[in-house]
Amino acid sequence: MAFKEYRLGAAMVGGALGLSMCITILMPSFDLRSAVSTKMALEKQLSAGFDIGFGYADPLLLGINRPITVDLETDPKTGAKLDPPIRAYVYKPGVPMPPNIRHPHDLGKGVQDLSESQGQIGAVSGSNHSKGSQEGVVFTLALGEFNGEELTYIENASVTKGWTPDATLAAAGDKNTHHISKGKTEFVVQGCWWCHTLLPEQTQDWQAFGAPPYLGDFNGENPTAFGSDRKAPDILHVASRNSSREWMMMHFFNPRLVQVNSIMPRFDYLWGDKDAQGNTIDYDKWRAEYKEYSEGKRTYPPEVPDYAPDSEIRALIDWVLSLK
Amino acid sequence: MLLKYLSAKNEDIPPGSAAIFFGFSAIFWFVVGTGLGSFNAAKLAFPDFVTGTELFAFGHMRQVHVLAVIVGWISMAFAMTMMYMTPALGNTRMWSEKLGLWTALLWNVGLSSALISLWIGITSGREYSDFAWPFDLVILFGVITPLCVNVIMTIAHRRTQGIYITNWFFGACTFMVGIVLLVGNSPEYFHLTGLSEAYLTWWNAHNLLGLWITPVAAAIAYYTIPKLTGNPLYSHRIGHMHFWSIVVFYSTPASHHLMSSPLPEWLKSFASVEGVLILIPAVAFVANILLTMKGKWSMFVENIEIKFSVTGVFLAIPLNMQGGFQQTRSINWFIHGTGWIVAHAHLALLGMSTFLEIAAVYFGLQQMLKRKLYSLALANFHYWFVLIGFCTYWISMTIAGLIQGAGKIYEVPYIDVVIAEHPYMIARWIGGTMVFTGNLVWLYNMWMTARVGTLVPDGRYAHELAYER
Repeated sequence: MAFKEYRLGAAMVGGALGLSMCITILMPSFDLRSAVSTKMALEKQLSAGFDIGFGYADPLLLGINRPITVDLETDPKTGAKLDPPIRAYVYKPGVPMPPNIRHPHDLGKGVQDLSESQGQIGAVSGSNHSKGSQEGVVFTLALGEFNGEELTYIENASVTKGWTPDATLAAAGDKNTHHISKGKTEFVVQGCWWCHTLLPEQTQDWQAFGAPPYLGDFNGENPTAFGSDRKAPDILHVASRNSSREWMMMHFFNPRLVQVNSIMPRFDYLWGDKDAQGNTIDYDKWRAEYKEYSEGKRTYPPEVPDYAPDSEIRALIDWVLSLK
Repeated sequence: MLLKYLSAKNEDIPPGSAAIFFGFSAIFWFVVGTGLGSFNAAKLAFPDFVTGTELFAFGHMRQVHVLAVIVGWISMAFAMTMMYMTPALGNTRMWSEKLGLWTALLWNVGLSSALISLWIGITSGREYSDFAWPFDLVILFGVITPLCVNVIMTIAHRRTQGIYITNWFFGACTFMVGIVLLVGNSPEYFHLTGLSEAYLTWWNAHNLLGLWITPVAAAIAYYTIPKLTGNPLYSHRIGHMHFWSIVVFYSTPASHHLMSSPLPEWLKSFASVEGVLILIPAVAFVANILLTMKGKWSMFVENIEIKFSVTGVFLAIPLNMQGGFQQTRSINWFIHGTGWIVAHAHLALLGMSTFLEIAAVYFGLQQMLKRKLYSLALANFHYWFVLIGFCTYWISMTIAGLIQGAGKIYEVPYIDVVIAEHPYMIARWIGGTMVFTGNLVWLYNMWMTARVGTLVPDGRYAHELAYER
């Protein structure tokens, strides 16, 4: 091995690379680990669940084994009226827990303490966190005080209030059910993030796209999917600007219906084969009529079909409308 | 043809077999990658081009283009050059030609399945490491590790006294890229979340460029330019400076990709300063190569490999000037997230790096096949189509980026920016299509070279022979 005279050089490469990784990975990790979850981070984490990208529970990214977000107007156990309505995050049996239930330290100081002492997140039944619990869990957010500071924390409503996943879903009804986790997976799978970023810039964007995120706004999010190449408006706060479900439907089916100069692709294929009434959607007919409309032969464009409750587009719109 | 050697004894495999396998695979993936690029660009110019099918939607195709070009074309071209330059510089054979052939086979199979899975939507959702983590592991342990072992063992078994600069880079970079893939994908292996995940995504993306693509492309030029011109390298000391400043400076500025995110401010400032220091290896490299050309500038016109190589070195000048300064806070404020960045990324990968690799693949395939290039006219066609196509793309996207940046800071309604960019989107599509056309011609030219190219006598170089067509 005629490598002897290069031993020092090889050691120096290792040393230089090690030093560089010490500065760029080890040192920032102390800062990042001290981040305290904000309300935005907790909402994102609980509605998204364990992972949005590839994982054991949903390897083909079909949106299965996902938490479901609901708005409750009545208490699922007692039936009492809730005013204002409470947002709850339903993890059915077998749905993997959100990351920071398994690693509560990452919630950050204060939020971790409140979530464990007041919120009882340590009492998740079955306790196999990566595969989900045996009976399922319902989480909510609650406000608490830690060392004189008001913080939002995670509450295990299955323990504190006795809410079960089935009762919670039944109490909410389909109208108040939001498939946010499945919707964010659609955002990643359909490549929305190649044009729509989720990162208003710190130096500008306040007026057009809303406040840039803070350090604690990401705890437990995976993947963050910021996007880097903004060919379209940033959508981190899009539902604060436009919360119309009808507008979203038209815009996804054919963006040129609401914005003639848009270069967004049509996402009509996310409607699937059947509409809300169970009728087969005739895409060819729709396109022929739209062509007549765009050539000026019709006064109005054809109607966008109502989507089926289990369609991919419903989940995607649910997620978009959660971006306040 | 080459597959019969997969089960042969190592000594019975003709030297260069692995290089030929890698070389043709690389050109094939280049054709696929640029074809996808042209298709995607058409969709950005005309959004209703091929519409209504999930698989042919822009969002399913864009990342396939990026990874086909990086893992298919660029990295396989690197492997190809390593398979013939490393032994040549050590005056020996490849440590294991057989391992090289198996690596090439696994690389093609692994990449095909990874790209298909990505195409149908199985993704980690992390830019530049979009593959699901099982494919990341295949790339790390099935492809990069055997390549690294083969290169380092060949260097260790060399029959020359010193190690030439190209081989320092080959040995160090194949090792470092393994570390980068191991650490950079740790959010997937260990399910790291939050801002750590975002930061490591860009740490991975930055270091893939900084410790793999840019230095290996430069290492290739350190071989091709002296070899073809017959001039010795201008200065080994400047080469030392290039090598060490790459390892020290280029491995640190990852967070300058996230200047507008809430990462710690000290980290962003540190990254920004280190980012400017990248100019040191950059200037060292360009100066060293251009001074090596002294007295042989006529070859820039006459010799196709030198033409490609020197063009790549020239493109490194604007690349590094942009790269050094666009990540400082004041300039990043204007151009972050715009088409300028897209133009810059293509200047790095399709401009500087690709031109250097094309030259090395032309040269290496002729040497390993022992055949003279089939047609100089087709090679010149290839050169001009790739160059003009690339420049059209680069200039149009740079202008589009500046428009977008102005629209961003003056808070122009977004749709007006989209309207203003439309002509440049069409220009980008035309440019990309020209590159694709040029590459198709290249694949044909190389295929014909392998079949009917004039035989090169033993002991001669292909570029010493006159063209017969």
